[in-house]
Amino acid sequence: MNNPYFDLLMWARGPGFDIALIIFAAGMVIRVVEILVLGRKSDKAPAKGSPVGQGIRTVFSRSIPRKGLINYAPVTYLGGYIFHLGFFIALFFFGPHLSLFDSIFGFSHWWPEALSFQWPSFGRVIIESATALAILALIALMYSRLTDPVRRAISTFDDYLVWLLCVLPLASGYVAVNKLFGDPTLMLALHILSVELLMIAFPFTKLTHAVTFVLSRYYNGAIQGRKGAES
Amino acid sequence: MAPKPMLPELMQAHGISRRGFLKYCASLTSLMALPPLMAPRVAHALETAARPSVIWLSFQECTGCTESLTRSHSPTIEDLIFNAVSLDYHHTLQAASGHAAEAAREQAMKDHWGKYLLVVDGSIPVGNPGFSCIAGISNLDMLKETAAGAAAIVSVGTCAAFGGIPHADPNPTGAVAVSEIITDKPIINVPGCPPIPVVMSGVLAHFLTFGIPALDELGRPKAFYGETIHDRCYRRPFYDKGLFAEGFDDEGAREGWCLYKLGCKGPTTKSVCATVKWNNGTSFPIEAGHPCLGCTEPDFWDNGGFYKPLSVPAGDYRKYGLAAIGAGAVAGVAGAALARAGKARAAAAHENVDAHDLEK
Amino acid sequence: MTATLERGLNALREQIDAPVASFFSSCVSCGLCAEACIFYRETEDPKYTPIRKLDLLRRIWKSEYTLFGRIANMFGLMPKVTEADLTAWEELVYDSCTMCGRCTLVCPVGNDLTMMIRKMREGMSAAGHAPTELVGAAGRHADFGSPMGELHPALHAQIKHAEKETGIPIEMDKAGADYMVLLSAQEIAEYPDVLAAMSRIFKKAGITWTISNDGFEATNVGIQLGNRDVARTLVTRVVEAAEKLGVKGVISPECGHAYQALRWEGPNLIGRPYKFEVVHIIELLDHLRAEGKLKTKGKDTTKVTFHDPCQINRRGGINREPRNLMHMVASNFVETDDAGTMNWCCSGGGGVGANERATDLRFKAFNRKKAQFEKVAPDKIVTMCAYCHHTLEEQLEEHNMDIEVQGLTELIGEYLDDE
Repeated sequence: MNNPYFDLLMWARGPGFDIALIIFAAGMVIRVVEILVLGRKSDKAPAKGSPVGQGIRTVFSRSIPRKGLINYAPVTYLGGYIFHLGFFIALFFFGPHLSLFDSIFGFSHWWPEALSFQWPSFGRVIIESATALAILALIALMYSRLTDPVRRAISTFDDYLVWLLCVLPLASGYVAVNKLFGDPTLMLALHILSVELLMIAFPFTKLTHAVTFVLSRYYNGAIQGRKGAES
Repeated sequence: MAPKPMLPELMQAHGISRRGFLKYCASLTSLMALPPLMAPRVAHALETAARPSVIWLSFQECTGCTESLTRSHSPTIEDLIFNAVSLDYHHTLQAASGHAAEAAREQAMKDHWGKYLLVVDGSIPVGNPGFSCIAGISNLDMLKETAAGAAAIVSVGTCAAFGGIPHADPNPTGAVAVSEIITDKPIINVPGCPPIPVVMSGVLAHFLTFGIPALDELGRPKAFYGETIHDRCYRRPFYDKGLFAEGFDDEGAREGWCLYKLGCKGPTTKSVCATVKWNNGTSFPIEAGHPCLGCTEPDFWDNGGFYKPLSVPAGDYRKYGLAAIGAGAVAGVAGAALARAGKARAAAAHENVDAHDLEK
Repeated sequence: MTATLERGLNALREQIDAPVASFFSSCVSCGLCAEACIFYRETEDPKYTPIRKLDLLRRIWKSEYTLFGRIANMFGLMPKVTEADLTAWEELVYDSCTMCGRCTLVCPVGNDLTMMIRKMREGMSAAGHAPTELVGAAGRHADFGSPMGELHPALHAQIKHAEKETGIPIEMDKAGADYMVLLSAQEIAEYPDVLAAMSRIFKKAGITWTISNDGFEATNVGIQLGNRDVARTLVTRVVEAAEKLGVKGVISPECGHAYQALRWEGPNLIGRPYKFEVVHIIELLDHLRAEGKLKTKGKDTTKVTFHDPCQINRRGGINREPRNLMHMVASNFVETDDAGTMNWCCSGGGGVGANERATDLRFKAFNRKKAQFEKVAPDKIVTMCAYCHHTLEEQLEEHNMDIEVQGLTELIGEYLDDE
């Protein structure tokens, strides 16, 4: 006798994850390698500032909004911050997720002692608040996307799809941990499957920015930095 | 057959007071999720039970279920419940052997046709019925034959309920659960490897008093398999605080933190282990410091490894992941080469213009 | 040779490199670039969202520079860029973008949208979709040495005038001078007083300088058009003139895009570093101030504010320098909102000021600066770009605002202590 929920969970943890990982890893490597190999011409103008230093700085500094802009698009800024922070907290600080990262990267198995760091996990209050806030932020962002003329004009299918794919893991994770409804095994399976959908969509959608933002911010900082201008 | 004493006499013989018996009935009532008012009815029903005939068949099993029931601690009211029934065939417990034993089974079937309760532990090999025989009769034949006249069947233990360990990959004997063979009788699954004694006796008590209990989609009594171990686990607060044991001998383990990261299957395993516990309420695996194996769930042997956390992929993902990275790098370089070739073609096709060439 | 669609698409293909690929890969269509754009803010028309202005470049990148897009393209899933697209994008790429660079600084993933507009213009101009005014200016610049046509007579007259006013001779084509000064056509035609100011300042600082008859024009309409062949031709004149005279530096005057063209694009256009350094006049003046070679006496006591030219501050990095100088010569120097790196464009840069079709849009866009100036209510606006100067005067007049506009070099000249 089989438990169909367990079969689904095992498919999600087994072949489902393998498929998602292959598409995610290969796809993202393709995207990044394509950019790097395309390359750019060396700049012949003598630098006034420090292109490399400012490029690296900008990768971080661009996370801080420029003064004044927040008033024009409060939902985008606040929603964006809350969503990203909430998502990261839930993703990187929930104990079971830490096991996942440990297992994938093998911190506690293969890494030298000194490098086998593992960060602590957060308690339920923080994880669930972060998840709930991230979902609320996503709802606010979608409201803004549907009602704001600029965001509506530039939105494509990609934007709506990615929104849905971000909501599903958050919502299903929340439901699974809290046993809000449904069989716990089924909800866990659905949660993992929703993450796999997100992974599969990664290289083909704007989700790519999660990796390529490092490159784009670096180039921005390097271009401006060469001229000694702010970035 | 010699008439057997009724339960009150047995209790007296074992030095159990009526007060103790009523207390047991009350806890059994609550365990079965019946309203407390039902306790006297349970007591009454048990005292006056008609001592139905029970035939216990053991197939591909380890006798752990029988051991759990009889050896847990003695004397218990649980075995008294068993004494409240007429256990007419149980090849581990009965004195008779060989043809005499089989004759007892046949006699009981004949005497109580359509009324006896069939209890099964162990799975049934269908790959080749000859893999497991009793007195020259294959398990498959014996089950079919005995089930035909049963009022109901109780599949005790995960092997009988779901196939269990014999069913584990690659299942060399083609082991299956009782429910895969018998489809025309009510079947109560009491999984566990082994099941908790009081759960077994509780199910029997319920059957004796009120008939077949409410079952979930896997045929398990909802009263005993309605909630996950994780939901009732005394270590749950550590899970909620994000405190996990990372190894069996680390600080977390000594502090009694959550065993999720050591592979505990509590979150997906439905059983009353965390509340009823074992050995007269002494402890249960998680309390003893070991993660739950998930033994009340089908295929627990194959559900991704006992020591692998539920959140960790179960496949050969690392090999695939590394291969994907390599393949991605190759494809990325190839893609970029195509792009660069296109760019080079564009550059070669570039015709130098001057300010007068910019109009159509 | 005539402009064709294929030539335009080819030019776009040539422009796509790793930064462009990373920018398009990273866009999350958050729309924040619109909030930074003066044309969107003042019209609230979503079509002016900066990233949208780049859609044609994005399509080419996606279908020809990504493996996945290439595959989608094989199945006909990627729309082709057509002549009609280019026509539709003219307004977005030329009329409603001054390449001011505000969007580049707010984009959360760091997309340099301005640089990509510059690249878009390469394709647009090669395909014959550049505004006729800019094409005309490019022709005049190529044939007569300046976008305004033949300016030698005017230049010689202004030099004579300055010599007379200051009593200091200005020697043209003087080999071995410290600096070769460039001027923008705007300065020669409208604001020649800067010559006298420079003449006095340099004399006091002990700097020798000259102007070349072969390459005095600083502007480079090739940059605004977005055509590197034209831009190369024009910048080559300056480079050849400076290297012939053997000067140690070339002074980029108060002109925004000229600074970009000379200092940052030029070496890449000609494919090698110069044999001289390029310095912006304000950069040089602040350097002289720091060295104690620039001394002023007295201060302007009226209320003075400063307008930052986008190409010199935000995209040129010269932010602190003009403020150091302003404090030297103005006792009541007040800043407008967003002054400095995030200053709003005068609405005339990037070739928009010369583009007739954009006139109404430009006047609308100026409302932002108008409101900022009204809030500060200055008696004078100082700037360091002759084209900003020109645009501000034009816009102030259009909006009935009576405020004086002055170039910073000229203002310094006014208070120069040359005793």
